[in-house]
Amino acid sequence: MVFHLDKCIGCHTCSIACKNIWTDRKGTEYMWWNNVETKPGTGYPTRWEDQDKYQGGWEKRNGKLGLRSTGKGRVVFNLFHNPHQPGLDDYYEPWTYKYEDLFNAPEGNDQPTARPISMVTGKHIDIEAGPNWDDDLSGSPVYAENDPNLSALSPEQRAQLSAIERLVFFYFPRICNHCLNPACVASCPSGALYKRGEDGVVLIDQKRCRGWRSCVAACPYKKSYYNWNTGKSEKCILCFPRIETGQAPACFHSCVGRIRYLGVLLYDADRIDEIAGRPDNELVDAHRELIVDPNDPAIIKAARENGIQDDVIRSAQKSPVYKFVKEWKIALPPHIEFRTLPMLFYVPPMLPVMSSFDGKTVKNMTEGLFPDFDKARAPIEYLGKLFGAGNNSKVRYVLKKQMAIRTYRRAVTVGDVEMEHAEHMLREADCTVAEAEAIYKLTSLCTFEDRFVIPPAHREEAIEMTADPLEYKQSVGFGFKEEVKRGL
Amino acid sequence: MAQNTNILDYFNLFWFAVLPYVALFTFLLVTIQRYTRRGFTYSSLSSQFLENKIHFWGLVPFHYGILTILFGHLLGFLIPRQVLLWNSDPLRLHILEVTAFIGGIFTLVGLVNIVIRRLVDPRAKVVTSTADWVVLSILLFQIGTGLFVAIFNSWGSSWFAASITPYFWSLLAFSPDIAFVTPMPMLVKLHIISAYFLILLFPFTRLVHVLVIPNPYLWRKPQLVRWYWDRKKIRTPGFKAKRK
Repeated sequence: MVFHLDKCIGCHTCSIACKNIWTDRKGTEYMWWNNVETKPGTGYPTRWEDQDKYQGGWEKRNGKLGLRSTGKGRVVFNLFHNPHQPGLDDYYEPWTYKYEDLFNAPEGNDQPTARPISMVTGKHIDIEAGPNWDDDLSGSPVYAENDPNLSALSPEQRAQLSAIERLVFFYFPRICNHCLNPACVASCPSGALYKRGEDGVVLIDQKRCRGWRSCVAACPYKKSYYNWNTGKSEKCILCFPRIETGQAPACFHSCVGRIRYLGVLLYDADRIDEIAGRPDNELVDAHRELIVDPNDPAIIKAARENGIQDDVIRSAQKSPVYKFVKEWKIALPPHIEFRTLPMLFYVPPMLPVMSSFDGKTVKNMTEGLFPDFDKARAPIEYLGKLFGAGNNSKVRYVLKKQMAIRTYRRAVTVGDVEMEHAEHMLREADCTVAEAEAIYKLTSLCTFEDRFVIPPAHREEAIEMTADPLEYKQSVGFGFKEEVKRGL
Repeated sequence: MAQNTNILDYFNLFWFAVLPYVALFTFLLVTIQRYTRRGFTYSSLSSQFLENKIHFWGLVPFHYGILTILFGHLLGFLIPRQVLLWNSDPLRLHILEVTAFIGGIFTLVGLVNIVIRRLVDPRAKVVTSTADWVVLSILLFQIGTGLFVAIFNSWGSSWFAASITPYFWSLLAFSPDIAFVTPMPMLVKLHIISAYFLILLFPFTRLVHVLVIPNPYLWRKPQLVRWYWDRKKIRTPGFKAKRK
């Protein structure tokens, strides 16, 4: 999976598509398997990136990779009270409005109002937070200021960031990363979580889940949620019923900015442990190393021996994700220092870096070929913390390449830039003309088929495909049709 | 007078020779039926997500307390001789009794907090069913009588091993000998009867979560992968996926 942040317009269409299909049931109202955050911002649940608070993910202790707070001993010891599990207030209390009051209110001097009522208790509540309460930097002194990633910045940089004329933000859509080294799977006491061998989707077996909530605490991205009504945990399923029928997941399909790409990546599962244990600044490269070349005959042979279908291998060869991540190296994993090896990669946004307004004129900050990314409005340290585990050079590389491609395309289409200059920039940015064209095409002119390369699932005879999913909407969902009833 | 004794006999027979079997068989049959047919309903049904503060002060002392207590009862049931031998030294007897009593206090404090939590917090109330209240009431009664027995009929670890254990074994041998329990004080009788009710209601309530303690967890590898393809067969020509 790749999300191209430069193209995200923050419209939340993905979130709504997901919500309407999967989390419109009782107990899931507060869940947003897909959510869009404004960065800088605290996100959902509040400050999820702060692992001092939530203690999620993996860490290296005495040279060994272990779960930060959800190792076996501690899970058993804390079985009766999970100390790092976020509560409802860390997300928000879901609400609706009492619309009938608009019609039933007795005649009076004032307009009737529809008061908010909690979807948990059914009582009136004063709304205090929502899943995107800090959207577009709203209330940033309260929210954006508390962004854990800002710890990478100096006080001056922080002050600059909130100066009104320098304000800068971007959107950060998030779904489950379907990690290679998922902390949720490793922490589950019931063994209910698993990764599907065929497509790598991480799922929770609802029949085996006993509601111990370890996955909720273990996932550093807080993408596993507890359904308070059924007493089971739930998470993004990457719309597997859609994937199995060759369709893109709902959030990918509905994306207005066309920022999302889906394709197969082949990787060497035997090396996961070793790679996840590398030092922070090597993690991005190590993660790339793990992903193998689907055109390499040796890899094809090994994949076949491991029971990978030919059409899956073919699909991997056409994967747009492979190009972004491995060939072009412009997609980076989010917070790889959590060491779960996420399989969702982001192309960092080209924030306005070229110029600044000094009160009278717009000043061009470019010296030499490239603008000074370190003097950018959004400090490179911020992006480096988010996408490079503190290794800013990884982000700088991506921004440079994107910048060079923009200049190159400007030379091609507008012509006010010397082609020689543009090609010089490309060389500096470790990019060829052919690559620049390819990146440009897949970024700007991509069709549905370019963005989503989904192999056949070979589950043609699966039972689910003969059932009508909408028949059970808002009740039991998809799959096994057991009455969703709390166990008394 | 004679008639009165008779009625009392029938009472004893019902409570201590009939009820235990009803409870035990209901427990076994319904638990298995529920696990196989309605496995989805097996869950801890945690409400920590909705109320995260009193939760700690209720759930932690309660569970660690009751685990200690249950383990003690189990010891008295399984190895009564060794328990009696241990108790032959007054100091050791005191250690055992005090430990058990502290466990009981923990359980009670935890349970009271649990009840308060479910009464006070509006969110926790939403997920509290009638069955939960029944279970909580019986548990409260059970722990209350247990603690009173510990206070008023002390050295329970010894007399339990000496008189109650043989009664339980006689039940399991299908020749209930209620002569062991009939002379017991009322408190002890109530404690036993309410335990039978707990076992009886066990499969119908959230208590089933006791049975799904994480078992293979401690021994398994951290990562789990499931394949729907048969990875060996899928490469052979002419292979068709098996119908599920």
